[in-house]
Amino acid sequence: MTAPLIIFFVLAALAIFGAVSLILQRHPIYSALSLIVVMVALAGLYLLMGAEFVAAVQIIVYGGAIMVLFVFVIMLLNAGLEERTNFSGLATYAGIPLALAVSGFIAAAIARSGGYLPAPAPSGALTSTKTLSMLLFTEFVYPFELTSFLILVAILGAIVLAQREN
Amino acid sequence: MVPTNYYLILSAILFGLGIVAFVFKRNIITLFMAIELMLNAVNLAFVAFSQSLGKPDGEVFVLFVIVVAAAEAAVGLGIVILTARNRHSLNVERVDLLKL
Repeated sequence: MTAPLIIFFVLAALAIFGAVSLILQRHPIYSALSLIVVMVALAGLYLLMGAEFVAAVQIIVYGGAIMVLFVFVIMLLNAGLEERTNFSGLATYAGIPLALAVSGFIAAAIARSGGYLPAPAPSGALTSTKTLSMLLFTEFVYPFELTSFLILVAILGAIVLAQREN
Repeated sequence: MVPTNYYLILSAILFGLGIVAFVFKRNIITLFMAIELMLNAVNLAFVAFSQSLGKPDGEVFVLFVIVVAAAEAAVGLGIVILTARNRHSLNVERVDLLKL
């Protein structure tokens, strides 16, 4: 077993542990901390694949900004333990088969097409930050500008939603 | 090197766990976290394919997905605050005005 494979399995186990912990924890703040574990593990996997810029953005934007927003809202609303309700039978009878079916379909698709995927390139060489930024500002410049509009609209929407009406 | 299939299988597992969390959790903030988990799983598949095919396009898409997730979190948490203020509860089953 080579070193990258060991690192992969450690990080994958950490990510799955975090995701399961998100489901099992009943307090939202613990769920948020579990999600941060998942995101840091995924950033490590991106580094392992040689996508260092995506890893940095993952840590800064996901692990930093978005999760701080979540924690702020949880503390602002003083969210307590999750209530147990007795009319969630649909979740039990439809949820598990649904999740199993979707995971099964994805796994079947991977198993069928997996043999034809080319081997990964040596890491780091082809997707440097420079390549990524060149691509972002030439070929993908219109989607890039559209995302700035999206952020503007999102800011306006959040302000309109969050203000207290008179 | 780690085979690309391993990353894809991990991505599928995380997506399935996200669905389970979305269906089973009752807290509206935790539901948002489940959506973020599913977006993260898709991002992992994007980066794995991008590295496997030798094209950086997938990583650019991941950046777009992260931007959309940030915008969605900002607007969605605004809606959560508004809902909690009106309903005095974070339970999604109390938000049933459109239910028959």
